[in-house]
Amino acid sequence: MSFVEYSEFIQEGDVVIIFLGHDSMMPIKVEAGAQTQTRYGAIRHSSDLIGRRFGSKVTCSKGGWVYVLHPTPELWTVNLPHRTQILYTTDIANITLMLDLKPGSIVCESGTGSGSLSHAILRTIAPSGHLHTVEFHAQRAEKAAQEFKEHKVAHLVTVRNQDVCKEGFGVVGVADAVFLDIPSPWEAVTHAKKAFKRKGGRLCSFSPCIEQVQRTCEALLEQGFEEICTVEVLQRVHDVRSVTLHLPDFGPEDGGAESAKMASEEVLLAANSSHPSVTCRTATAPREMAGHTGYLTFATKPRG
Amino acid sequence: MAHPAVDSDEESRISEGDYVVLKRGDVYKSVQIEKRKKVIFEKQWMFMDNSVGELYGSTFEVDSGGKLILRKPNNTEDPTDTKGAGLDNRHIVDDGKSQKLTRDDIESLKEQGLKGQEIIQQLIDNSTTFRDKTEFAQEKYIKKKKKKYESNVTVLKPTSRILAMMYHGREPGKVCHLRYDTLAQMLTIGNIHAGSKVVVFETCAGLVLGSVMERMGGHGSVIQLYPGGGPVRAGMESFGFPSHFHNTLHEFPLCKVNALLSGTLNVSEKDLDSQSNGRSDEQGSSSQVSTDRGDESSSEPQSMEVSTDPAEAKKKEDSEKLREQKAQEKRVRMEEKRKRLAAAAALLEGQNADGLVIASRFHPCPVLLGLLKFVAPSRPFVVYCQYREPLIECYTKLREQGGAVSLRLTDSWLRHYQVLPNRTHPVLLMSGGGGYLLSGITVTADAAATSGSQQKSGEPAAKRIKLDEIKSTSDSSA
Repeated sequence: MSFVEYSEFIQEGDVVIIFLGHDSMMPIKVEAGAQTQTRYGAIRHSSDLIGRRFGSKVTCSKGGWVYVLHPTPELWTVNLPHRTQILYTTDIANITLMLDLKPGSIVCESGTGSGSLSHAILRTIAPSGHLHTVEFHAQRAEKAAQEFKEHKVAHLVTVRNQDVCKEGFGVVGVADAVFLDIPSPWEAVTHAKKAFKRKGGRLCSFSPCIEQVQRTCEALLEQGFEEICTVEVLQRVHDVRSVTLHLPDFGPEDGGAESAKMASEEVLLAANSSHPSVTCRTATAPREMAGHTGYLTFATKPRG
Repeated sequence: MAHPAVDSDEESRISEGDYVVLKRGDVYKSVQIEKRKKVIFEKQWMFMDNSVGELYGSTFEVDSGGKLILRKPNNTEDPTDTKGAGLDNRHIVDDGKSQKLTRDDIESLKEQGLKGQEIIQQLIDNSTTFRDKTEFAQEKYIKKKKKKYESNVTVLKPTSRILAMMYHGREPGKVCHLRYDTLAQMLTIGNIHAGSKVVVFETCAGLVLGSVMERMGGHGSVIQLYPGGGPVRAGMESFGFPSHFHNTLHEFPLCKVNALLSGTLNVSEKDLDSQSNGRSDEQGSSSQVSTDRGDESSSEPQSMEVSTDPAEAKKKEDSEKLREQKAQEKRVRMEEKRKRLAAAAALLEGQNADGLVIASRFHPCPVLLGLLKFVAPSRPFVVYCQYREPLIECYTKLREQGGAVSLRLTDSWLRHYQVLPNRTHPVLLMSGGGGYLLSGITVTADAAATSGSQQKSGEPAAKRIKLDEIKSTSDSSA
């Protein structure tokens, strides 16, 4: 397995995602002889995982079963160990499209954070692109570099431990796209500008507060960026289920035949009461949902 | 700034035959560069000739003869200087007489060949209320006039982003109202990347297909399943992919899926010929995109009508020759088609695709359940539908059937912001809906489901035995 290439069977050293049921997952690193405890019992790596096909059902020691899934950047995003607040798939998807990322793209990113977006970028730019990622926190930078190695994508990424606002990305004139997720992106705009190829490219800055957006847009305009555009994307997850609605009782009626017609196949008489009701399949909105993640500001760096 | 030598301009020059996207304001149009060909964009005639040899991203002004004149990057400065501004609008009265230039005056200015900027300056100079407007209102006024009188056109290299925005803005009906942020979700959730084998079924003019191909960068393979007589690919063509991308693209007719699954698909020449003769005739005109074929069929009846009496015999002879030539061409095409069908069938037969992307005007339920059979376990799939209800049905069926986990029915909201000093707020108008997505991940089918259909025999059963062994050993040890 690798995060940029599918494989059929599980091997030692792989990261696999254990799917325990309804939005409950855990990532594990496969090691011969190792065991992982789940609420359904233990999974023995040597016999239950190594050599098995990704996507197969694995029975745990207590008799319960789980599925083992091939890792993807999207599964990693919902399973990774948080070292910082992370970007989620909805924002990542839009960043990827709006930055025109594709195989071969050279991308500059800061900060690396927990590597949620980094994995998605690497997946998209492989096999010939490169990611230059900058993280000013030494421990996080080191951890990210280690993860990239474990996930077999280290050849596609360079992690630099420096302050992007002061020292830039460590590269000049190479980038097709630049992504900023830092507290003061306006301080990094001149460095971002230098990182771009001469023919220019696309920039994105992610900020939770509108004041940050305001200052970033001013800096972008000052530095000659074009097509500056700020958007916000929210995702709603719909819960599919059957709902039962009772029918009102208006009392006896003259036209008895008509009420019989009303009682179509959908109208069911509940077993223990005489209330007629209708059951229908519907999708309900969640009671609570993420109402804000951050503003995404995109811009084009023109040729220059 | 130091520039590395690899950053050459040559690859970013516009050449004849290129597919490009014209941009004016927020409006896009995809065209192919052809010399001496008239292009209409935003109520303006133009010839693309002068763009050849210039760099992508260049902005041109269109003169009255439709000629493109390259705009130098340094004359984008705002010349409209505004001295003085009001504080509020308490004294501004709408009497309809604030503009001293009449419609005829403006028309004559245009006819004199005055540049857009100059006309705007004239409008400002002749507006009695302009100086009393607030600074913000002045800016807004100029912006509005610029949009009307400045005819700048920028020539861009096509990308998924640009084409998806273009289709959503111009022809949402052609792409089943798929909004670009929804397309973005599809590509990401589907884990589309270089080196994989992806099955695509779409009726979005080829936009989804092209976006998938862009993300694969010419590595791996894409199998497009198509309804009717042939795949629609206009949107994909607009990407202007290099020719090696096309080698990774395969197509397979939806109406042969059952035959392929049951092993009765015959890709020998004779069978194909007799099968698709009738079909391609009846559908040739409707959905076939290969334009040359469409032209061919329409040219024949025309010529017959035009030349009526003079040389009846010669005409007959000619048409006979033409018919024979066409028959020969058809045989070559059929052979080519047969080869391509066999290649696509071979790719699907393994039932080991790495992903499935569906975005069509058809009911998604049968499409998804049918095509999911081609996908390997532990691979993502994503289905787009403009409406939510069919996806609810899909979700329910898939739950009953098994073979998929992590099912999610989602949609997304996209809100644009105006960000200006002291005037930051969400844009007044937003898109009401960008469609719905059902996504999930395939897993190996249960034993019950396996015995029902004709799946790969033996394998799951063997695993079961192995599992039981493991279970019993671990139980005894515990």
